[in-house]
Amino acid sequence: MSAILIIEQVLNGLQFGVMLFLMAAGLTLIFGVMGLINLAHGSLYMVGAFAAAAVAGATGSFLLGLVAALAAAALAGTLIEVVVIRRLYAAPHLDQVLATFALILVFSEGTRWIFGSFPLFLEIPDALSGPVTLPGGIEYPLYRLTLIGIGLAIAVGLWALIERTRIGIQIRAGENDREMIAALGVDISRLYTLIFALGAALAGLAGALVGAIQSVQVGMGEPVLILAFVVIVIGGIGSIRGAFIGALLVGLTDTLGGVFLPEVFKLFMEPGAAQKSGAAIASMGIYILMGCVLVWRPTGLFGARP
Amino acid sequence: MKKLLLAAAAASICAAPAVAEVKVGMITTLSGGGAGLGIDVRDGFMLAIAQSGRDDIDVVIEDDQRKPDIAVQLSDKMIQSERVDVLTGIIWSNLAMAVVPAAVNQDVFYLSPNAGPSPLAGKGCNKNYFNVAWQNDNLHEAAGAYANTAGYTNSFILAPNYPAGTDALTGYKRFFEGDLAGEIYTKLGQTDYAAEIAQIRASGADSVFFFLPGGMGISFLKQYADSGIDLPVVGPAFSFDQGILQAVGGAALGVVNTSQWNKDIDNPTNAAFVESFQAEYGRLPSLYASQGFDTANLLLSALESASPSDADAFREALRAADFDSTRGDFAFGPNHHPIQTIYAREVIQEGDVFTNKIIGTALENHSDAYAADCKM
Repeated sequence: MSAILIIEQVLNGLQFGVMLFLMAAGLTLIFGVMGLINLAHGSLYMVGAFAAAAVAGATGSFLLGLVAALAAAALAGTLIEVVVIRRLYAAPHLDQVLATFALILVFSEGTRWIFGSFPLFLEIPDALSGPVTLPGGIEYPLYRLTLIGIGLAIAVGLWALIERTRIGIQIRAGENDREMIAALGVDISRLYTLIFALGAALAGLAGALVGAIQSVQVGMGEPVLILAFVVIVIGGIGSIRGAFIGALLVGLTDTLGGVFLPEVFKLFMEPGAAQKSGAAIASMGIYILMGCVLVWRPTGLFGARP
Repeated sequence: MKKLLLAAAAASICAAPAVAEVKVGMITTLSGGGAGLGIDVRDGFMLAIAQSGRDDIDVVIEDDQRKPDIAVQLSDKMIQSERVDVLTGIIWSNLAMAVVPAAVNQDVFYLSPNAGPSPLAGKGCNKNYFNVAWQNDNLHEAAGAYANTAGYTNSFILAPNYPAGTDALTGYKRFFEGDLAGEIYTKLGQTDYAAEIAQIRASGADSVFFFLPGGMGISFLKQYADSGIDLPVVGPAFSFDQGILQAVGGAALGVVNTSQWNKDIDNPTNAAFVESFQAEYGRLPSLYASQGFDTANLLLSALESASPSDADAFREALRAADFDSTRGDFAFGPNHHPIQTIYAREVIQEGDVFTNKIIGTALENHSDAYAADCKM
């Protein structure tokens, strides 16, 4: 196992982590500020990918596709917040789970109805395709490097938004005490819609960016949604910083575990069996990580202390 | 006189159901991620039924949502309340294993248009179970055989960690004579293959074999093409069917894959099938569609000479496989699985449509490795 391979795998883990962060950021904000469990967050990821694929396919421009993804996901987010979710803030979590699960089905079948059952095509723009050679002779796909860059830039942007702007102050206040900021004259319902749209747009952006190297198909959001929930539980619900650290931890654990555990198993097993059992254990890695973090800190790494 | 009329009337009432109504139950995947396959099988099957002009065949179609429990419920309903004579349609091997053994033991015939798990070809074979597609290992065995003829000596192989994935790598290794540079089991449903691609790059392999059906294959191929590795890739047709090639785009061009069917197999049945499928549904058929079409034609051919109510005669008629297959020659082996030729195809571009072209034969008149275990 060479150093080059290890560095390449760390980059892969980082790239996976920052894309998870885009998903988890919205999820954790929505849960933290509004106390809402939004299972349909994965559907917004799918909406973003489909919007990008449709627009990029029609215009030939990946950039326009990204804009369309942001717009479509934000619009879909606003729509479901106003039509469905707004009625559920006071409802028990079980009702929210039921309603947002119904939304998953509506979005999935709706997308199939519009786009058909076959996966869509979305391509990496020419300028970003192919590998580049990094210092040390590592060949790494340029597009994945760009994803890492975009993810980090958005993380910084979100941090600035929340720590340095008036909206950010309102969001943080909303997390701490909803009634009080309503009493102080902040239009809480508008704030909620805004946060929801922001979370949705980030999910849509992630869907579009990742869609270019994966398969744009109905149901693509649900596996990511599960990982995003693991991320926010590890990071502490409501904390953007927690979501960032959690996402990187999950990305690195998943990638590195999948590569190195089978290698470790090969030391005392025959290769075929080592591959199989190593892969099986590695796929549990992030859940074991989550368990360990929760034993150590029951509210997650950066969660509010009870 | 009155008595005679009454008797005649009674006779005609009793006789009426006997001439008509063969009931076929189709359980297939029409929603969720794998719906494209089920839709193709259904469309191919219904096209053949429509072309036969028979209106005494009643096909009940239900969606299993790719969930074994739902498939079992549907088959119970179809057998016990709808009283179907023949079941068909299941795409996924895990669903087939949940449904087929129970169904055939209730004296229903099962014609598989896709899944061919190894237990049903070997020890668990059944006189009422017929597979019209392939045994699961077949296309992978053909890929191994093709890799030998292409001169590959050191393959890196990968498949998802589930029963059909194990079957795939076993099948490839059964025929491939070279060494393995690496063997990886990925997660089922995995969408990012960066880690595996890095391992391929570092492995020193001269070729890559992968079995990643549906969306997994799309992701892998796009990422592989973008990684700049230029080792040749071989795989079974499942990652290169007509439904997903458009979504992979140029990344699949030139890749060799193995299939028992392609649209350019030269026989009149196939030419007519490809043309009428396109005319009816406005898209090119996939291998799944051809399997659905062949399944229906097998059923129709058996109905010509026997009725399912006479189970023994109907079974013999099915076993004879006296129909024109889109694949040309078609016969059942002793375990009711096909003996057929498997081709190597290459992905090409025709205008702006991506499709496959046959470039050679991988395995001639190939049976499967489990037939000897089948005691019928």
